Amino acid sequence: MTILSIFDIGLVVLILAVGAASIGMREAFSAVIGFVVYGLLLSIAWVRLSAVDVALTEAAIGGGMTGMLMLGAVARLRFAKGNDSRTSLPVRLAAGILCALVAAGLAIAVLSPPEVIPTLAPMAMENLPQSGLGNPVAGVLFVYRALDTLLEKVVLILALLGVWSLAPDRMWGGIPGLRVYAQPNSKLTFLAQLLPPVGIVVAVYMCWVGAKEPGGAFQGGTVLAAMWLLVMIAGLTSVPSISQRWLRLLLVAGPMIFLAIGIAGMVLANAFLAYPAGYAKPLIVAVEVALTLSIGVALGLLAAGPPERVQRP
Amino acid sequence: MASFLFAAAGFVLTTIALGLLVILRRRAEVDHMMAAQLLGTGGVAILLLLAAATEAPPIVDVALLLALFAAFAAVAFVRSASGSEHEVQDTASGR
Amino acid sequence: MRLVLDIFTVLAVSAGAFFFLAGTVGLIRFPDALTRLHALTKVDNLGLGLVVLGLLPQANGLFGALKLVTIWLLVQLSGAIVTQLIAGTVRQHGPRE
Repeated sequence: MTILSIFDIGLVVLILAVGAASIGMREAFSAVIGFVVYGLLLSIAWVRLSAVDVALTEAAIGGGMTGMLMLGAVARLRFAKGNDSRTSLPVRLAAGILCALVAAGLAIAVLSPPEVIPTLAPMAMENLPQSGLGNPVAGVLFVYRALDTLLEKVVLILALLGVWSLAPDRMWGGIPGLRVYAQPNSKLTFLAQLLPPVGIVVAVYMCWVGAKEPGGAFQGGTVLAAMWLLVMIAGLTSVPSISQRWLRLLLVAGPMIFLAIGIAGMVLANAFLAYPAGYAKPLIVAVEVALTLSIGVALGLLAAGPPERVQRP
Repeated sequence: MASFLFAAAGFVLTTIALGLLVILRRRAEVDHMMAAQLLGTGGVAILLLLAAATEAPPIVDVALLLALFAAFAAVAFVRSASGSEHEVQDTASGR
Repeated sequence: MRLVLDIFTVLAVSAGAFFFLAGTVGLIRFPDALTRLHALTKVDNLGLGLVVLGLLPQANGLFGALKLVTIWLLVQLSGAIVTQLIAGTVRQHGPRE
């Protein structure tokens, strides 16, 4: 067991060092790179904690999408202020104190666990076979706490509306201001042709395997979003305007189907979001498929940013 | 066998850690961009070794996603490196 | 038979780990960005290839082995293109600070 504990300690030290390096960076761009590396390393840490579902999400969200969002912010700052983007000392002090408080709170929570850690895991595992699912995480997400999952997807759409509402009035319904790497660059074009087919297969696989083993709609949707962004960045497809009907339909399809099945459960299974006996697994897989598409579109548009151009007729 | 694979994973982690710390301490942006690349290969190797050592096949899926998103992150870095942004249509017309 | 396969795994994985070390040494010692990029991509991809090769006898079933090879191919192809992209920015703008 000693080799394992040395590995774990080394990993933790490395993660802390990368975190510190990321904070210490002078340039915002380099700090974001540090953050992405931190996210990718964290997914290895989650694997060591046997939380493979979380590891998958961390690799996708922490390593890929959040980095993309932050790089968008960095580019915007550069564009707005040139290179003179230093914040004043009081603001930096306040941000530092706030971060320290959050870190201290988390540290207290982690370092002083209760004597007996309350857990519902045995009960969750015991009742899992009734749903026909094999992955306990999917069971919690779609059976025991389905309402939370539904609201989480609605929150994603609200977040997107928040980003869209940053647009000035006359840009409403326009095209998101995703900055495109539009040099006639055959290398990026090649990558954008090579990677998406692989990514789409991986996304379908993630969504399908989620019922039985680690994986699921969120991981699959994030992969779809990344592939869509890659194709748009390479200029192989244009960025759609946010008033497109198909776009909005795809955005709400997942939550709407989830909600419809939930309401049908009131009639057929006597409770909101309950599944009729024997149909739990097919219904859950249907919801997951719809959610994968919606999450993919929502995350892609979140990274693409608020509308900045009006569509030319 | 398992302990050999763990030791190999630890060794690869050490080399990556050294590489990362050196890369992140350099000042040029290009060096920082290599960090995603380093994790794309090294991180995948570590995860595959861990998957074989603990006999947990789902970890291979994490390696798959890590490979995919390391490439994606590297593209995002290159696109955002200062001065390499070009917009298809100029946004000035919309502003 | 099992023993032979295990020895093969140990040899190939060790060789792979050695190449990761070589890649890091190159990353630390080489003088400029382009050569460092070269060391990073080529040597580390070779290291990963050897690790995958060594893990093949340990994989569960044919599909498990196929998945390992697919991941290596994916890293190989995307890594090569991404390196070209990074090198392209160096050539255009220099290794800016």
